[in-house]
Amino acid sequence: MKEFISVILVITGSLFILISAIGMLRMPDLYMRMSATTKAATLGVGFVLLGTAIHFWEVGIVSRSLIIISFLMLTAPVAAHMIGRAAYFDGVPLWKETIHDELQGKYDEETHELKS
Amino acid sequence: MFELVITYFAIPVIAISIFIVLLRVIKGPTIEDRIVAFDVLTAIGIAFIAVYAVKSESIKLLDGGLILALLAFLGTVAFAYYLERRTRK
Repeated sequence: MKEFISVILVITGSLFILISAIGMLRMPDLYMRMSATTKAATLGVGFVLLGTAIHFWEVGIVSRSLIIISFLMLTAPVAAHMIGRAAYFDGVPLWKETIHDELQGKYDEETHELKS
Repeated sequence: MFELVITYFAIPVIAISIFIVLLRVIKGPTIEDRIVAFDVLTAIGIAFIAVYAVKSESIKLLDGGLILALLAFLGTVAFAYYLERRTRK
């Protein structure tokens, strides 16, 4: 039973990692790519680590896996937000078929402060 | 059965994913693309380390994954801070 659960978790996790890698290559725009990768890669790595933890089932391994999972889930949104903000100010172009840019004209170009 | 799944499914799939993300690192038109690609690359590297720890039966490898997670976050935040400061007046 334990082996079955860890097999399912590792297979699901590697498939999620493959999907996020394909999204990394195929998405047309930096912001869409970040949306594909920060969710799917974190989920896939979390599944693989959970499968490893259930396979070994020792205190050291389970605690380390849980620490890595919680750390990834805490830091991935922060890193994605900072990269997205820097990319928007740096002028990384949106996809050419983007209809609406919500942030256009809302930011002060000089000081990067939000004008409401 | 778990060893077979690890050897013939998980390691090849994760290796192919690393290769695909490396294509984006080479291709990426802007520097932000490359930073995001490296961030994803380290996350996939952690998964590879976990899978390889199962295959080689050495549980100490997971410490490397922990250090990799810490360093990836620090590197990404430092790059983002630098790029954002560069465009501010």
